[in-house]
Amino acid sequence: MNTLIEVQDLSKTFTLHQQNAVVLNVLRGLSFSVRGGECLVLHGHSGAGKSTLLRTLYGNYLPAGGSIRVLHQGDWLELVGAVPRDVLHVRQQTLGYVSQFLRVIPRVAALDVVMEPALARGWNRADAKARAELLLSRLNIPQRLWQLAPGTFSGGEQQRVNIARGFMVRWPVMLLDEPTASLDDSNRQVVLELINEAKNAGAAVIGIFHDRLAREAVSDRLLDMTPLETIAEELLEC
Amino acid sequence: MNAATQSHAQPRPERDEAYNFAYLDEQTKRMIRRGLLKAVAIPGYQVPFGGREMPLPYGWGTGGMQLTAAILGAEDVLKVIDQGADDTTNAVSIRRFFARTAGVETTERTPEATIIQTRHRIPETPLHADQIMVYQVPIPDPLRFIEPSETETRTMHALNDYGVMHVKLYEDIATFGHIATAYAYPVTVNERYVMDPSPIPKFDNPKLDMSPALMLFAAGREKRLYAVPPFTRVTSLDFEDHPFEVQKWAHNCAICGSHDSFLDELILDDRGTQSFVCSDTDYCAQRVSQGRAEQ
Amino acid sequence: MIAAQHLHEKLHQDVLADPVQPLLKVKGLSKLYGPEKGCQDVSFELYPGEVLGIVGESGSGKSTLLSLLSGRCLPDSGVIDYRTTQDHWLDLYSASEAERRTLLRTEWGFVEQNPRDGLRMAVSAGANIGERLMAQGVRNYQQLRAAGLDWLNQVEIDPARIDDLPRTFSGGMQQRLQIARNLVSGPRLVFMDEPTGGLDVSVQARLLDLMRGLVRELDLAVVIVTHDLAVARLLADRLMVMRRSRVVETGLTDQILDDPQHPYSQLLVSSVLQP
Repeated sequence: MNTLIEVQDLSKTFTLHQQNAVVLNVLRGLSFSVRGGECLVLHGHSGAGKSTLLRTLYGNYLPAGGSIRVLHQGDWLELVGAVPRDVLHVRQQTLGYVSQFLRVIPRVAALDVVMEPALARGWNRADAKARAELLLSRLNIPQRLWQLAPGTFSGGEQQRVNIARGFMVRWPVMLLDEPTASLDDSNRQVVLELINEAKNAGAAVIGIFHDRLAREAVSDRLLDMTPLETIAEELLEC
Repeated sequence: MNAATQSHAQPRPERDEAYNFAYLDEQTKRMIRRGLLKAVAIPGYQVPFGGREMPLPYGWGTGGMQLTAAILGAEDVLKVIDQGADDTTNAVSIRRFFARTAGVETTERTPEATIIQTRHRIPETPLHADQIMVYQVPIPDPLRFIEPSETETRTMHALNDYGVMHVKLYEDIATFGHIATAYAYPVTVNERYVMDPSPIPKFDNPKLDMSPALMLFAAGREKRLYAVPPFTRVTSLDFEDHPFEVQKWAHNCAICGSHDSFLDELILDDRGTQSFVCSDTDYCAQRVSQGRAEQ
Repeated sequence: MIAAQHLHEKLHQDVLADPVQPLLKVKGLSKLYGPEKGCQDVSFELYPGEVLGIVGESGSGKSTLLSLLSGRCLPDSGVIDYRTTQDHWLDLYSASEAERRTLLRTEWGFVEQNPRDGLRMAVSAGANIGERLMAQGVRNYQQLRAAGLDWLNQVEIDPARIDDLPRTFSGGMQQRLQIARNLVSGPRLVFMDEPTGGLDVSVQARLLDLMRGLVRELDLAVVIVTHDLAVARLLADRLMVMRRSRVVETGLTDQILDDPQHPYSQLLVSSVLQP
């Protein structure tokens, strides 16, 4: 399979102007690439910058330097420094992001939340509805909740609605931020199935999985996110 | 004027030399006439003018009187109507005013008059090319009902921005099921300016269209002049599916029997017995005398 | 000849369908009422279907910028080019006032913060919706009526209220009526000045949801001024942060809200309870 995303020398810093302009170097000199059908699991301690990396790849955080290139509709596109329109288009067609938290929009029914990525791509409503209902059923969301806004749902239900939304359409590149966290066994199993289906369909997956079982079920490769200093020391020891 | 028609007119009265001819000073008359030239040149366009105080209150026809004074000549024959009638207080007073200050002949007969000052009506008798109609206008701007700002209405006229005019007609249909505006019904003049034809009933609107007579309008308090030159297209605004229509009556005039003139309703007694008579008194009287002659 | 014309028309359509062409090009826009009062040196491009949010504190120049963009007032300097439906570029400030007015009631819309400024309070809801159509020459009452009923439906107002005066409507309904009044002419670009300001939170949510849907269905380009970052997150694709008459930061909405770069943007975002 082809390489679908390529990251070179990526760095991310946060400058906290409200706190004496402290500069935090969270990511430094990251380089990797992921092929279609492959799952790269980010590995490292809490605070190593795994979530930051996913958010930076998605354009949610602004990179400080380096390059993120994705294969977007047959062409390589540089996301570092891309204009918002291009980033939005990549998010609509190429790059999917699933976190464990649902951003609840008042008054919008669960079914509509799930359907939205498909409608944004121009699916007709009937097809989108059929697919959304299938996903909600697989993720064990009771049918009586489908027409309700997820604001009142339990945390687990909201998380599963969000996962259904994340897998609504086929993304060439998927970013998964602990999608299985705090799910019960049967639901975790469904999510893992969904991830493997996406991989088999040719998606390049980059994910964070704290849960070892989940990691083993989907992972092809690990990216060590241990802070640079440690790696340098290890290299010296060799 | 030929001798035959003169015989019906009142004898030419003495002019009161204490006043300038037709009361207004010559400067003011000239200023109004200049304004009129512009008004005639741009049919339906409102021309501002320096309105003067007249010896009667605003709302009694001061605009029309200044206009009449500005165009009146010693040889003119003046007719004044109020609600179609020649014999109402206002009509009589204005006629007397000009008889005294200008010494002009006055008449109640439409065909004899060279200048007809009016409020509320256009005579039923067809006008001819040598006549001038002078209308007293209370609110000259047809956009005023919806747009209080003068700056804005002027811009709207300038830019042909007349969408709101139909809003009023729409409201009529929505409320009453038909266009219920019965008087001061807005018209488009010469396919350009939307104009308030003064508070004439919409029954009279068709008489403005392609009329051989010159139509002059003046608002004294608002200080605006406008005009419809002879043979100018005047169309009443409407909707395709609610076309412009004039009032019709199920009755004939109780006096002259006319079935196609504008009728006033009279209540004759305490039990509400109705009767309908022509609003145009001269027209009615002429039909009656004609009928007698034919008999 | 006919074939050439046909080809020309086809090319024309292709150009129109091409989303890569911006709708609005703004260059070096400035208007100052005093030092740092107003807005200065604003430049951006807006594409069809794109929602641009302008955020910042009161007095930062947001509303001045909106007046300039909509051609309601003229700048000290700067240029705006607008691509019309006929696909030619119109220099907004060299255009005649007649052209600007026509734009504002056909291809553009303007939703005022206070619906009383954007509605005709003395005429019925139906007449409010029909006015733009009448201004464009629609002279068929039934057609106007049908458009009124349809749009009341679309903005979730009971069509039975078509003949009621806006003053009998609640604030949220008035705001939705104002939106209908603007959208009836099928505009491509809508300016909104704090459209949810002054509404109850519950009513706000309904209005936002409605606007989100309409923006996507009608592929509207929107410039929305708001000081409410939650509104900005929900509606805007990208943001411009203004402070003291200048744009201090621009970018993707969620990037500005989650990873603001400029000290002022950081202060703005951190001052709000969960945007």
